[in-house]
Amino acid sequence: MALTLNHFLVIGALLFGFGLLAVVTRRNAVAVLMGIELILNAANLNLVAFGRYVAGNISGQVFSLFVIVLAAAEAAVGLAIILAIYQMLRNIDTSQATTLKE
Amino acid sequence: MEHAAAHAATELTPLVTHAASYLWLIPFFPLVGAFINATLGVRLQRRFGKGLVHSIGIGAMAMSFIVACAAFVQLVGLDSEHRFLQDTLWNIFTAGKVTVDLGFALDPLSMMMTLIITFIGMLIHVFSTGYMADEPSYWRFFAYLNLFVFSMLLLVMGDNFVLMFFGWEGVGLCSYLLIAFWYTDPQKAAAGMKAFVTNRFGDFGFILGLFLLFWALGGVWQKAPDGKLTYVENDPHAETALAAAHGEGHDAEYVKIGPTLNFRELRDQVVIKSTGVAEKLKSQKMFGFGLLAMVGILFFVGAMGKSAQLPLHVWLPDAMAGPTPVSALIHAATMVTAGVYMVARLNFIFALSPTAMGWVAFIGALTALFAASIGFFQYDIKKVLAYSTVSQLGFMFIGVGVGAYWAGAYHLLTHAFFKATLFLGSGSVILGCHHEQDMRKMGGLGKLMPVTKWTYLIACWAIAGFPWASGFYSKDEILWKAFSQEGMAFLGIAAPHLGQIIYFMGIVAATGTSFYMFRSYYMTFTGEYRGGHGHADGHADGHGHGNDAHGHAHVPHESPRSITLVLVALATGAVLAAVIGVPMAWTGHAPLLEQWLEPTLPAVVLFAEYAHSTEFLFQFIGVSAGVIGWAFARALYKDNKSQVPAQLLSRWKGAWNVVYNKYFVDELYQATVLRGSVGLARGLSWFDKHIIDAMVNLAGAVTRIFANIDGAIDRYLVDGAVNFVAGATLSAGRVMRRVQTGRIQTYLYGALVGAIALVLFNFLIR
Repeated sequence: MALTLNHFLVIGALLFGFGLLAVVTRRNAVAVLMGIELILNAANLNLVAFGRYVAGNISGQVFSLFVIVLAAAEAAVGLAIILAIYQMLRNIDTSQATTLKE
Repeated sequence: MEHAAAHAATELTPLVTHAASYLWLIPFFPLVGAFINATLGVRLQRRFGKGLVHSIGIGAMAMSFIVACAAFVQLVGLDSEHRFLQDTLWNIFTAGKVTVDLGFALDPLSMMMTLIITFIGMLIHVFSTGYMADEPSYWRFFAYLNLFVFSMLLLVMGDNFVLMFFGWEGVGLCSYLLIAFWYTDPQKAAAGMKAFVTNRFGDFGFILGLFLLFWALGGVWQKAPDGKLTYVENDPHAETALAAAHGEGHDAEYVKIGPTLNFRELRDQVVIKSTGVAEKLKSQKMFGFGLLAMVGILFFVGAMGKSAQLPLHVWLPDAMAGPTPVSALIHAATMVTAGVYMVARLNFIFALSPTAMGWVAFIGALTALFAASIGFFQYDIKKVLAYSTVSQLGFMFIGVGVGAYWAGAYHLLTHAFFKATLFLGSGSVILGCHHEQDMRKMGGLGKLMPVTKWTYLIACWAIAGFPWASGFYSKDEILWKAFSQEGMAFLGIAAPHLGQIIYFMGIVAATGTSFYMFRSYYMTFTGEYRGGHGHADGHADGHGHGNDAHGHAHVPHESPRSITLVLVALATGAVLAAVIGVPMAWTGHAPLLEQWLEPTLPAVVLFAEYAHSTEFLFQFIGVSAGVIGWAFARALYKDNKSQVPAQLLSRWKGAWNVVYNKYFVDELYQATVLRGSVGLARGLSWFDKHIIDAMVNLAGAVTRIFANIDGAIDRYLVDGAVNFVAGATLSAGRVMRRVQTGRIQTYLYGALVGAIALVLFNFLIR
């Protein structure tokens, strides 16, 4: 049985689903950040797969590289915010960080 | 009389007027004087002294007198039929057919009045400088006096009823102000109010008469066959008809017909026969009573108030509470004669109604007799003079009532002189005796006050009706005319002998006049001085006078020059006034004053014809009446020796009491009018408190109930609805707030659910 595009897409969808689940359900901000990472990687997987099977060139891999860089930057910013929240609230529970509501 | 016949024979024509643009100055000067003294007087007096204050007052009077003299000269220069000066300043208002101008007119009658007012007024101003020398509110006195003169001049010079009424009310106001001049004394303030209220009562009659006359001139009420009254207006083309009737059609024949307030227009349309106005007026009836009689009687009610005739005479004796110059000027010489002037001015109206004539003459005679008898027993010198004034005014009304208008006016003139002399003489006496007015505390003043004594005696001589002093001529002419008047009626019933009854009453009153005047003279000036200890009363100290040398404060003394000079001037006038009234029986031609006044008195009055010898007989009776009065007074009161008065007094105590208390007229008023009005006021007050207030309170209670219901509706229904909306919004908000958690995950849940729903929906649609 040879690997087809559908295998990649199913794995990507699963990854996206897990990531989304993590983002929605977890209270821990780091876990939420990890969920976001999963979602991004699911997208990366889809991009590479479509680049290999549909376009037949490397444009999909180039997109992925950009996304990885972006994800790294985003993780850095996200962790910095979480650190700041921690310093202010002494925890990183997202349900507690409601000061922007006001 | 021949003159009446002459009137009847020649057709009267409209008055010709001559413009005299300076007439307004005559009343203007006193007005300015009053204004200056009223507004700046208190400051002027404080800074420059009393001299400036009375200079303003007297100066205004003098200027006014000079202008009046100028007008007199111009009037004399004209033909006797053309003596009418007119000065119309501007139109006050025009409403329909009524036109009222601010216009002044001088005809011989108002000229005579103007000269009396300005001349005697000026002398009395001079007198006041001496009499009021110690008065702190000197400026107020002069302001009032000038204001009075202004109003009086307006009354006599105004060419229409409106100005006359304005002056009429103005003099009433000034009279009130001056009687109550010393207003801190409640009695004097009350006297002022009494005068004002009584006058107002008379004025009501005056204005009713005016309305009635005005209305009557407009047209006629006619009874239709079905008994309905319909109003028929006077023919508006009557004016042109008149011009046509005269044929030649010159402008002078143009006469305005219809309602008017102007004396000249009224005179023209009533006097000229071809207008038919006089006939129309005569034929009008109201409630079966002649309309003209009603007009005359109502006008005379006004005169009764102003000129203190029975039964409205009560205010005048009380008016003596005012300063003596006021009594002389207002309550003897000028204001109280306004009623006489008014009747003489409207002679052509009064002469048309025998009832009105009889009414005026009869009330006059009754008053003359009644007041003279009260004068017999008064002890207050000013009260004697006050009742004498009432009595003399009665004589004037006999004159103007019986149709001897010029004689009434002549008595007005002579009375102005001799009564002013008497009042000022009494003022001089009162001043000399340190504000003592009781004649029992005087006596023997003749030696101490010679000028006052002689002038007083001359005036007594004049008023008592002895020949060669003015009173004789005027009084005899009046009584003689009363006797020969046979055409009067009493309340609609022809009474040919009314004139003779009036003559009889008049001659008795004349005897009484002579008696009480000489009584006051003898009590005051002869015998021994009985005062001297009465000076201690507080009244005298309240406004004592400046010449009070304290070394001999209890001895009476002659008054200062300003007073004696005025007395001499007035006494001279009282004698000289005789010249213009010497009767026809003596000289063969009509008296000068009658000739002078003739154009103003167009009324046609017929008198019975008697020979001159009869007239001489009546003059003899008149003189003897005076002599009898004088002889009695001399016997009883000269030198205070006779014991007869005291004996008579003890014998006739009851009768004396009635007369001394003025026949209890004041008490009668107290019992009827005053108690009646107080009772009415009480009743109305009760009605107000119990009926009106109850109704008001009921209305209030009902309103309150409705207000409570309304309030409840407002509170529970309207507010409830509003609050419900607010509450619903609030709770909805409370519910909705839950959604806004602030947690990103919740929103993501939402987004996720939405996305899933969309996807599922997409499949389902497919």
